[in-house]
Amino acid sequence: MSAVEEIVTEAPAVEAVPKRAMTLGYGTSLVVLAALILIPLFVKNFIIFQMTMLLIYALAVMALNILTGGSGQFSLGQSAFYAVGAYTSAILMEHAGMNYALTLPVAGIVCFGFGFLFGQPALRLSGVYLALATFALATAMPQLLKLGYFEHWTGGVQGLVVTKPDAPFGLPMGQDMWLYYFTLAVGIAIYIASVNLLRSRSGRAFMAIRDNEIAASAMGVDVALYKTLAFGVSAGITGVAGGLGAIAVQFVAPDGYTIQLAISLFLGMVVGGVGWLPGSIVGSAFIIFVPNIAEGISKGLSGAVFGVLLFLVIFLVPHGARQVAIVAQQLAAKLKKN
Amino acid sequence: MPAIRLRLGAFSAALALLAATTSPSVAQKKYDIGASDSEIKIGNIMPYSGAASAYGVIGKTEEAYFRKINAEGGINGRKITYISYDDAYTPPKTVEQARKLVESDEVLLIFNSLGTPPNSAIQKYMNQKKVPQLFVATGATKWNDPREFPWTMGWQPNYQSESIIYAKYILKNKPDAKIAVLYQNDDYGKDYLKGFKDGLGSKAASMIVAEDSYEVTEPTIDSHIVRLKASGADVFFNITTPKFAAQAIKKNAELNWHPLHFLNNVSGSIGSVIKPAGFENAQDIISSQYFKDPTDPQWKTDKAMIAWNEFLDKYYPEANRADASVMYAYIVSQGLVHVLKACGDDLTRENIMKQAASIRDYEPGGLLPGVKVNTSATDFAPLSQLQLIRFKGQTWERFGEILSGDVGG
Repeated sequence: MSAVEEIVTEAPAVEAVPKRAMTLGYGTSLVVLAALILIPLFVKNFIIFQMTMLLIYALAVMALNILTGGSGQFSLGQSAFYAVGAYTSAILMEHAGMNYALTLPVAGIVCFGFGFLFGQPALRLSGVYLALATFALATAMPQLLKLGYFEHWTGGVQGLVVTKPDAPFGLPMGQDMWLYYFTLAVGIAIYIASVNLLRSRSGRAFMAIRDNEIAASAMGVDVALYKTLAFGVSAGITGVAGGLGAIAVQFVAPDGYTIQLAISLFLGMVVGGVGWLPGSIVGSAFIIFVPNIAEGISKGLSGAVFGVLLFLVIFLVPHGARQVAIVAQQLAAKLKKN
Repeated sequence: MPAIRLRLGAFSAALALLAATTSPSVAQKKYDIGASDSEIKIGNIMPYSGAASAYGVIGKTEEAYFRKINAEGGINGRKITYISYDDAYTPPKTVEQARKLVESDEVLLIFNSLGTPPNSAIQKYMNQKKVPQLFVATGATKWNDPREFPWTMGWQPNYQSESIIYAKYILKNKPDAKIAVLYQNDDYGKDYLKGFKDGLGSKAASMIVAEDSYEVTEPTIDSHIVRLKASGADVFFNITTPKFAAQAIKKNAELNWHPLHFLNNVSGSIGSVIKPAGFENAQDIISSQYFKDPTDPQWKTDKAMIAWNEFLDKYYPEANRADASVMYAYIVSQGLVHVLKACGDDLTRENIMKQAASIRDYEPGGLLPGVKVNTSATDFAPLSQLQLIRFKGQTWERFGEILSGDVGG
């Protein structure tokens, strides 16, 4: 074992998060859920659309969170899984005339397979090397989507236009609102499933690997299987998010899924708090709204303003939204005592 | 009673007169969301950040131009409010920004949004909402499709018609040519290539002896040029953006390869392409133009060029005058002002599309002499004329007639 490798394997980059701290209490969960259900009734369609995007990116951030926060593996290649999911949905809807809701599980399964297969060679890598390998995947994806060989299905550089679904059963709501509630339902289902996954035997295996690979294998955890499984689950959820994204945006094109997206998702995870699933929605809000705020402050220097804001967040609350939540909880407890 | 009756008669006559004089003007002042007696709200989406951020200067120039229009009294007394957002050239962000402009800022129309993928992403939405997507800043051919997309209109001569012009020239002047093509691997490069092959028709397969593409992310294209030279071609069609065009011209000279060189007009700028590549290396290159290159000395005393310089001095002094995008934005802004003026007091979205589709021989300052803007209900390609140019000494020499190559989407 070389010196470099020792350093990489010895110092776990991801801090151990106890599994109970990975979720929210019931009370808080219900309040957040109520807000998510009620707000769209009172706002404009445009805000509803933004909230839909918020949920979709939150799902993608959460998928990365399961991988990094759960099993301790890095990925800068989430945009590739997102793209595969988006294209799977779009192609099935437009070329095969499939119902949009049915395309999502297909997108999830395709991406699960893709992620699981990618996880095989990735097993040999860890830490920053794994991050680089996934980075390569993200850079390659837009070009693969442009390939002339697939052009008949993908639409090549021109992309594919997707039809937005109407509300079913004659429900009296607009397309945007229906899509929002549809996304919310899918999102909640996946959230609950993820929480249960992390609390299950598999989840404990993920976390054991994250905390110490050698100890985990000594305990009888099949390290190789669970590592690839984590990749597969993460890719599958990202794929569903990608499919939802394609339906909400009504368009897929290679330029929408560049490395920029992967970095945004990574950023969202860090801002939300690594390993804290509810933080995903905070991270998602950060990557959607903060660039807009930065642009509002200065158009020419929007990138620099965004950088400053990001720096402030990392400097003041290095553990992201999770840290804020813990501080708030402690304050609340103090108030109760008094 | 007669007196009363008389008064009643006079009153009703006055009333009728009043109605006659006021009602037409009341009927004429029609507004859709985004327009009022004092204001016209225009939306725009530009890549101010990201890979295509060099084009952000178009948005800045337009903003400066509308400030000039407002300072001079506005359009029929109405001031332009120009709201421009950044989409970083990513389609999902474009959709978000377009929806923000239409639903939250409530603009009358979206003007000159940039890029083929971003505009493709919002085309369906804009047409569903029936909001004009006017004079989009892309040369793709698909924007000229009034039957499918009556709310979307292009602006500049499209890529396909340009390469058709080159193809026709080759067929006429060098029918036995062996052609090598280098193109950027994206929608822009492929559109050019398609037009070129269509233009050559059945002879395309036998005439094109080498085809090579590069990615925007490549640092240099030298190896591609070497490969193309090895094919033994005597005609070179160079479909590249400015940085790569300069590299290609230089590399050709280094390799001592002197084919008949066609350069797409995207990279026709003397300041940012020819000069860096070296004047001596660029002699006899053929390209095409539809507006005046501000770095070309032959326009130094031209009236339109003087007006352009005055506008920049006053409203956008920090602009890089060698950048063709500044001139591009200046011309397209005049186009929008022309349409809005023609709308008069009927600022409905329908009337805007109607006026935009009935431009006759309009010549905004900055176009080459003889090039005119023309549209109709079935022709949504405002600019479709080009003139061939050949590089001689330190400037482009125009030759031949003004050519047109209209292609529908």
